Amino acid sequence: MTENNVVVDTRTEHKEGKLLTIENLQVWFELRRFGFGNAGYVKAVDGVNFDLHYGEAIAVVGESGCGKSSLMKTILGLNIPTRGEVTFDGTKISGMGTKGLKWYRSQVGYVQQDPFGALAPFMTVERILEEPLIINGVKSKTERLRRIHKTMEEVKMFPVDDFLNKFPHMLSGGQQQRVVIARAMIMEPKIIVADEPVSMLDASVRVEILKLMRGLQETHNLAMIFITHDLSTVRFFSERIFVMYAGKMVEKSPVDELLDDPRHPYTLALLAASPEPDAANAHTYKEVPPGEPPSLVTPPPGCRFHPRCPHVIKGLCDEKEPPEFLTGPEHYTACWLFQSEQA
Amino acid sequence: MKSLQRSFKELLRYPSAVASLAIILVLLIVSAYTLIAIPYGEAIVLWRGGENIWYQSPKNAPPAWTNFFTSKKLVETMIFNTDDEDINKTYEVSEAGNQTVTFEFPIDYQFDTFPQELTLFTKGTFVEKAPFISIVLVTPDGREIRITDFAVQKTGTYRFSQDDRLARRVGNQFPHEAIFAQPGSDPLVPLKGEYVMKLSLVTFEADSDVDAELVVYGQVYGIAGTDHLRRDLKVALLWGIPVALAFGLLAALGTTITTMSISAIGTWYGGWVDELIQRITEVNLVLPLLPILIMVGTFYDRSIWTILGVTILFSIFGGGIKTYRAIFMQVKESPYIEAARAYGAGSGRIIFQYLVPRIIPMLIPQLVTLIPSYVFLEASLAVLGLGDPVLPTWGKVIQDAQSNGALYQGLYYWVLEPAVLLMLTGLAFAMLGFSLDRVFNPRLRGI
Repeated sequence: MTENNVVVDTRTEHKEGKLLTIENLQVWFELRRFGFGNAGYVKAVDGVNFDLHYGEAIAVVGESGCGKSSLMKTILGLNIPTRGEVTFDGTKISGMGTKGLKWYRSQVGYVQQDPFGALAPFMTVERILEEPLIINGVKSKTERLRRIHKTMEEVKMFPVDDFLNKFPHMLSGGQQQRVVIARAMIMEPKIIVADEPVSMLDASVRVEILKLMRGLQETHNLAMIFITHDLSTVRFFSERIFVMYAGKMVEKSPVDELLDDPRHPYTLALLAASPEPDAANAHTYKEVPPGEPPSLVTPPPGCRFHPRCPHVIKGLCDEKEPPEFLTGPEHYTACWLFQSEQA
Repeated sequence: MKSLQRSFKELLRYPSAVASLAIILVLLIVSAYTLIAIPYGEAIVLWRGGENIWYQSPKNAPPAWTNFFTSKKLVETMIFNTDDEDINKTYEVSEAGNQTVTFEFPIDYQFDTFPQELTLFTKGTFVEKAPFISIVLVTPDGREIRITDFAVQKTGTYRFSQDDRLARRVGNQFPHEAIFAQPGSDPLVPLKGEYVMKLSLVTFEADSDVDAELVVYGQVYGIAGTDHLRRDLKVALLWGIPVALAFGLLAALGTTITTMSISAIGTWYGGWVDELIQRITEVNLVLPLLPILIMVGTFYDRSIWTILGVTILFSIFGGGIKTYRAIFMQVKESPYIEAARAYGAGSGRIIFQYLVPRIIPMLIPQLVTLIPSYVFLEASLAVLGLGDPVLPTWGKVIQDAQSNGALYQGLYYWVLEPAVLLMLTGLAFAMLGFSLDRVFNPRLRGI
């Protein structure tokens, strides 16, 4: 324990303020016709703004194909934003250059959804954890091993030496995910981006992994972006929650506020759709919004949810895009229904 | 390392793999022996040296072990030389001051056929007056056949079959056959027993002497037989092993590794790099390799290294590019590659440390099965007369056999020996490749 405390002391400078700023971010993918010639764009992320503070955990919620993965990959530096800017600790990542981008990538850890796929099957655990260190210029083997040991202990894989020579297929799903988390943590990042980190795990290990991540976040004052469509883990995990629909943020709010008082019709539908383990529900029929999520190539004009919205205001929702209205403490909703509340 | 050991253990569970490994091991041992016992320079001399290297061997003789399979015992080549230890010269000085030298060649003749030819090579040492030699053959039944007598020049060759007087003396038969025949037999039947060839010299000068070598050309020779130039096929067959293995292995390794690397680079970078590689491959795929190699051999250079280079060059952009690309496309999208990019791995590292290791298990069996195809390619070129002009190879033996009508003359050994070696090599690598495939790609096990 004493050793752990030392680690905490050296690493956590409980800084306050903005760590990551996303301004009007757009990530578009070009569609080609016959291999060349533009056939439009897939607007995966279309105008997203938010700030992430030091040590803060946020959750991005939305259905499949809403652009949350593209947003995440842009934050990781894997996608180049079409427009807009990602600013990390005061530096714009578009102006960082190759070296700066490499440094930035070491500052952002990535925890993937499928732990088995996320680990190279031909590498041992030691090699998997060593790779980021080698790439980021940790030359000394003893130093690398020291850091591997330290990180493995932090993700609670004891005894460390028993695991180092194992291949991913020899580990259980939970252990694999711990290795993935260790790999994300090994460069001592400031942000962890987690893409549904527990959705592929057994229910029994989910809680442990979530607790582990929450613990790491608190000890290291990590900022965390938690991408999920599982609303049941969100409350446990994060301070703020962003609801995304068709490339846009429709509602941003502190977790408790949103879960207690959801505003946007889409959020309501999303919450209604999440299952409650109650035998009485066996015969109830849940209302879901009609229709399908819109095409990201030709999104509907105005509010993107209006074709499916039960409260659509003709002549407004289908023409003008709603701005974000303040609908509660730090609670923003992009919906014309709350126009009056704002005023 | 451990996984390699495990794969090897698993491999040994297949009898075909064990057999193929045994064949390959034997081939490797024999080629190592060949390279030590008959070094390159010596091999070239033995194969291309000319008549004075090969004069001791019979022409077109099958290997000696064919005697095991025939009821008639064919004549094996025997060589007698005055330099041999068991041949003693006796010197006598006559009253006139002349010296008489006598020596004997004991011929143990236990064969059911006649020799191809008998030749006496002589070398005289004198200043002015040449020594005079007379030759008598004593047969097992006590007859003494006078062969010939002549003045020995500095170097001389006496061929028994071409001596017309001797032919007349033995009753207008082939002399080299008649002297070993039972008297009065027609057709000739050999007389088995101990023959003695007595040679006596008269020299007229003090230090004058004669060295002689008698070669009884057999109908069989050595372990591999000889060709139309009296060359020992053993040299070519032995040297063919390292040449074939080296050519096959280098060509297979060279093409597979470069093909895989190019394919990986193209797939990873995508865009115009990939387009370019794909178009080059498609064009190259319709180019026929063999005619191009024939052209290179005819107009430029026939050295095995040139041919190897051209082969590799044209095989790089082969079907492999497409196969590997299909696998790489899949691996490229793996989450672990995405993770590597996220922690800052560069393109080079991703290609060679993350993409390539994934297909190594598929690559090894392919590489092994590819080896014989290049061995056959080299042989085909040699058969077409485009083999390396210096190196003895299996393909060249087959080409010689074909151009000298080996099958028409019934000299089957000449074609069969290199052909069997080629097939054995092909079989060994093919069997090993299939077994490796089953070890590395367990889904194939049911097939």
